[in-house]
Amino acid sequence: MSELANIVLRAMFLENLALVFLLGMCTYIAVSKRVATAIGLGIAVIVVQLITVPVNNLIYQFVLAPGALAWAGLGTLDLSYLKFVTFIGVIAALVQMLEVAMERFTPVLHQTMGIYLPLLTVNCAILGASLLMVQRSYDFTGSLAYGVGTGLGWALAVVLFAAIRERLRYSDVPVGLQGLGIAFIVTGLLAFGFAGLTGIEF
Amino acid sequence: MNYRQYLTRPLLEENPITVQVLGLCSALAVSRSLRPALIMAASVFCVLVFSNLAVSLLRGVLPRSIRLILEVTIIASAVIVVDETLKAYAPDISQVLSVFVGLIITNCIVLGRAEAFAMRHGPLESVADAVGNGAAYAGILLLVAAIREILGSGTLLEVPILPTTASGGWYPPNEMMLYAPSAFFIIGLLIWGIAAWRRNPSHSPHSELETQPAHLKYQETAG
Repeated sequence: MSELANIVLRAMFLENLALVFLLGMCTYIAVSKRVATAIGLGIAVIVVQLITVPVNNLIYQFVLAPGALAWAGLGTLDLSYLKFVTFIGVIAALVQMLEVAMERFTPVLHQTMGIYLPLLTVNCAILGASLLMVQRSYDFTGSLAYGVGTGLGWALAVVLFAAIRERLRYSDVPVGLQGLGIAFIVTGLLAFGFAGLTGIEF
Repeated sequence: MNYRQYLTRPLLEENPITVQVLGLCSALAVSRSLRPALIMAASVFCVLVFSNLAVSLLRGVLPRSIRLILEVTIIASAVIVVDETLKAYAPDISQVLSVFVGLIITNCIVLGRAEAFAMRHGPLESVADAVGNGAAYAGILLLVAAIREILGSGTLLEVPILPTTASGGWYPPNEMMLYAPSAFFIIGLLIWGIAAWRRNPSHSPHSELETQPAHLKYQETAG
């Protein structure tokens, strides 16, 4: 159990996808002007990570990994090079299915976070988490924990950043640095905070 | 628009990274030293040219409703080829870049150009556009990587430029440059520089655009 807690906390803080691995930056910068939207996006990321990372883990373990097709009598096959196209296909399909299901069963929730879902197909944090999961050879429960951890970490980063950005509106920023420029500097400072956690053992 | 404009406009005026905020993840993450950045820039360049060309050639037959997933599949195929090539001929660099080669698939520049340009233009124009955008991406990535490597470890492509104190020189390396946050600071300052350059009307033929504050313009294209 502490093993799983360790994976979650690691993925959330020490190896935060947004601020330490710098993944998912396009969405991070574009959808962080208001805290409310950032929270919606954050929840969407958590849900999508929670589903896609374990699903990709199962597909990798039983179809793509070297020798994984032994149950079908094809033990010599190594399909791991197909992981890029498979993972992105799985992510796109799952996001689409999630959107349809939400529209049908929870229309209110769909109204608030539905618009962010299609964006997540091309969010590097989602694909990145699946690829990192393969690189670290997590088992199924490990990948579940990793999905939750990376989702929570990304959500935390984007909500914190949106909160700072809302306040920034009242500060006196040099003209050329307004908007995008200061957003990057602030993200850098925020990333410093997370870099400070490096070396802590949970 | 002629071909020369397709090639040159992305370099500064419509720079995908600093003006349109696309393709940031990899630009930030692999910019710690110049050599991996060079390979990364070349990989993105190849994928971009291939995907723009393929999408442009297929634009008549791609069904509109499922075009996005088809574009992503085309891009993913190109990335697989690049990744396997790197694993075969540059295994050590492939190790350093790890998942970031795979993440070219979700690099917004590649999908953005396929969707916004190649779907509506002929193959030659699309290749010109891809070359321009690829070069613009490479330019920013290499600039950030060069700054980080020189200031962070005193070297450029592992050749000592500033003799560090550790090896008896005078330069104490700035270790902050080796950490992720420094990439944000450098890009932030670059954006400042380019915004200042754009605001100066003598540098641009599109003077009517210059009256609008720069940050209003890129907010619309962000994402």
